[in-house]
Amino acid sequence: MSLINYSSREINCKIVYYGCGLCGKTTNLLYIHEKLPHDIKGKMVSLATDTDRTLFFDFLPLELGTVNGFKTRFHLYTVPGQVHYDASRKLILKGVDGIVFVVDSQRNRFDENIESFENMIKNLQLQGYQLENIPYIFQYNKRDLPNCSPVEQLEAALNKEQVPCFESIATTGIGVFDSLRAISKLVIAHLSRQTAR
Amino acid sequence: MPGMDLVLFEEDYSNINEILATLVRETNSKFALLVDRSGQLVSSQGDTENMDSLSFASLSAGNYAATSELAKILGQEEFSVLFHQGTSESIHLSIVAKRVILVVVFDNKTTLGLVRLRVKKAVEELSGIFNRIFQKVAERGAEAYSPLGDTFTSVAESEIDNLFKD
Repeated sequence: MSLINYSSREINCKIVYYGCGLCGKTTNLLYIHEKLPHDIKGKMVSLATDTDRTLFFDFLPLELGTVNGFKTRFHLYTVPGQVHYDASRKLILKGVDGIVFVVDSQRNRFDENIESFENMIKNLQLQGYQLENIPYIFQYNKRDLPNCSPVEQLEAALNKEQVPCFESIATTGIGVFDSLRAISKLVIAHLSRQTAR
Repeated sequence: MPGMDLVLFEEDYSNINEILATLVRETNSKFALLVDRSGQLVSSQGDTENMDSLSFASLSAGNYAATSELAKILGQEEFSVLFHQGTSESIHLSIVAKRVILVVVFDNKTTLGLVRLRVKKAVEELSGIFNRIFQKVAERGAEAYSPLGDTFTSVAESEIDNLFKD
């Protein structure tokens, strides 16, 4: 969960991009890293295999600047999507403040998205969290591909709680910043509510 | 406590920094970091100027998390200390109060034995402080330390709109 340092006046939040293998989690971070100016972003770290598949995680720190006297940072992480990396995947959820669940919209990946979402709920529980207590959104990615499931069908299968959702084409950046803005705001709102409780 | 925020106040933070500074000085190490297990950098002391502390913190937490899982597979509760030896620089990691990782980076100006000895003492002192912090947060809930509120939220939202865009 968040780190609030009243002495150095810093707030750090952790946002995790979750989803099945090859759904576009790393592509989201790469696009954000490419587009943001240097004073906002830190160095992107990728622990990947020789074939550029995420092995452990990608990490990208973003700095919002000073908000009401607090230096506010978002740390973006991805998980490895491939099924057999489950042991590493669950570790990344430790201390999560918000989740972008990236969905591969292609019809032939439909079941894998559902499996990945269920896997996320299970892994959150293993870390002691409940999904309903954590801000999250859906990003329906790869909308440019011809064999996409309709958004309504994906919504019906995944978005039971009617959380915000965005259509995206992460390779060209469509929907990437919409998703980042939405989850960042939800995390901030959640944090403000928690501390004001 | 899994879902609990880590909240640091002036007095605790200055005590933590003092312990880290003493550790770096007494061991002649390059620097020491305190990292939350979620990967957030809590504090650093020593020469970190030309080093990417945020990446270092994130990777240290990842490293520690992976090793803890290895321990579980072996039926161990946890490896409380990790050591990575390089040709000129080495890393010593240890867990504090089950929640925070103390990372010490040192070179051949000191010895592993001295680092181990001083880290043990620092871990004891830091554990006392962090256990008190966790107890305080658990007992008082969040309302006692709320600086965030509507103004914070609205300023943050407008910064998010300004900065997070193509």
